[in-house]
Amino acid sequence: MDTSAVYQKPTEEEVKTLLTERFPEVEVTGTEARRVFAKLPREKVREVCQYIHDNLSFEHCSTVIGVDYVDHLTVVYHLSNYWNGLMIELSADIPNDDPHVDSVTCIWEGVNWHERETWELFGIVFDGHPKLERLLTPQTYEFFPFRKSYKLRGQE
Amino acid sequence: MADSIAPIVAAEEKLQQQADKMETDKMWIIMGPQHPFSHGLWTLKIKVDGEICVDAEPIVGYLHRGWEKETENRTYPKIIPMADRLCYAASMTYTHLYCMTVEKALGMDIPEKAKYIRIVADEVCRINSHLMWLAAVGTDLGNLTVFLWAMREREYFLDLNVKLCGARMTTNYPRIGGVRNDTTELFDRDILRTVDRFEKALWEIIALMDDSSIIVSRMKGISYITREQAANVGLTGPAMRGCGVDFDIRRDDPYDNYDKVDFEVPVLTEGDSYARYMIRTEEMFQSCEIIRQAVKKIQALGKNAPYRVKAPSRVPAGTHFMRMEDPRGESLMYLVSDGTDKPYRLKVRSPIFTNVSSAKLQCQGVRIADVPAVLAQIDMCLGETDR
Repeated sequence: MDTSAVYQKPTEEEVKTLLTERFPEVEVTGTEARRVFAKLPREKVREVCQYIHDNLSFEHCSTVIGVDYVDHLTVVYHLSNYWNGLMIELSADIPNDDPHVDSVTCIWEGVNWHERETWELFGIVFDGHPKLERLLTPQTYEFFPFRKSYKLRGQE
Repeated sequence: MADSIAPIVAAEEKLQQQADKMETDKMWIIMGPQHPFSHGLWTLKIKVDGEICVDAEPIVGYLHRGWEKETENRTYPKIIPMADRLCYAASMTYTHLYCMTVEKALGMDIPEKAKYIRIVADEVCRINSHLMWLAAVGTDLGNLTVFLWAMREREYFLDLNVKLCGARMTTNYPRIGGVRNDTTELFDRDILRTVDRFEKALWEIIALMDDSSIIVSRMKGISYITREQAANVGLTGPAMRGCGVDFDIRRDDPYDNYDKVDFEVPVLTEGDSYARYMIRTEEMFQSCEIIRQAVKKIQALGKNAPYRVKAPSRVPAGTHFMRMEDPRGESLMYLVSDGTDKPYRLKVRSPIFTNVSSAKLQCQGVRIADVPAVLAQIDMCLGETDR
């Protein structure tokens, strides 16, 4: 398939083929009706997102989610196409000792607060974010409360 | 004659030039957290150039309870009443979404009747939420009669909630695997009567809003947002459809049995504050239509049809997500399960959290007096914004 063309209503199979052809690093882990799940290395996040936004017409980024798997962190993106209701779930693993990933606020402006939230709760730094400050928790917090190392009452 | 006019014109031009050169200091005004316009506890900082707003920055987080972290400490069924408390006006849709997410992770299918009951409950919740919004818009724009009339109509739908599940607002009704109880006796008769009555009453409220030139002039032609901007800043729900994005998750990415009911998605391309207001009122009529169809389907299934199946307490390991059309926009839940009876991580995507983050785009170029009128269109609720 032509990986540089613009597709307005790509199907699940087309998205899968296009992503794997254009970026060999992207691993499509599964597809369902109107859903595509993919894993990718963190260095490629901005490039792949730019491609999905520009060429596959995914105009909307629903969320940026952080997950703490104790041995590593994961950041998950849910991207949505307004023409046929397709969604792509991208997940990128991030090592604990260097929690950095490129910000995609320059592609979807609506991601701004989601990235701020993920930073303040998980400590994942989004490089290139316009204003990475605490949003929900007080400015004086010096820890990341949603990490598994922060125990709730009743846990152990 | 001409000689006498010329000096006056020249003088006026000179004055105009002076006025053009005159620069005023831009000033930050802090509205909130205790402010008549903020429905709940949040602050809006606006930067004004004279009377015109040039920048806006919302400050939220006063109500952050760590909802997502709290769920990691509870078993799956115990989270259902917590999901109610995300937003008191949209409690049914959040509980529904949570149950759907867990059902997806369990890979289970629920009875047909439960799906239709959930649709009815969701649409009643949508009308509740929209009436609450209409009441708030009425007060923000200075028409207290709209507030009273909308609240009066809302009572009838809260009574339906009482009849269905015994509670008015935090309903605790959907369950993992169905709903808590079957529809009660004469519920279908009551809901059809309420809906018929409501459609007439809504026209009266609309007339009250639209016949008032003060209200219309404070919404029409104010705060234009284009289709591309709306999609890019993450506006969802009625606010987005008022800007011309033709997308509704109920229609384009259907969940439960929304693909088996027939309804229209109102979309307007004007993109101003008034269009966003029109979308919500039109949505209430569509909700009435959906309720009628779903009630017919429930009646056709009969009294003894199953409404709930038993769900296992442990969820197999994996990640799953579901999204739904909340009254205010797109809400999404992402569940990471590790095979135990408690979630490893549960993330909520709240529509208002993203909608309010675009306050700068919505408020730019708007007069200070119209800022409440513009931001009323996102239907602020802090419970789900701060989580």
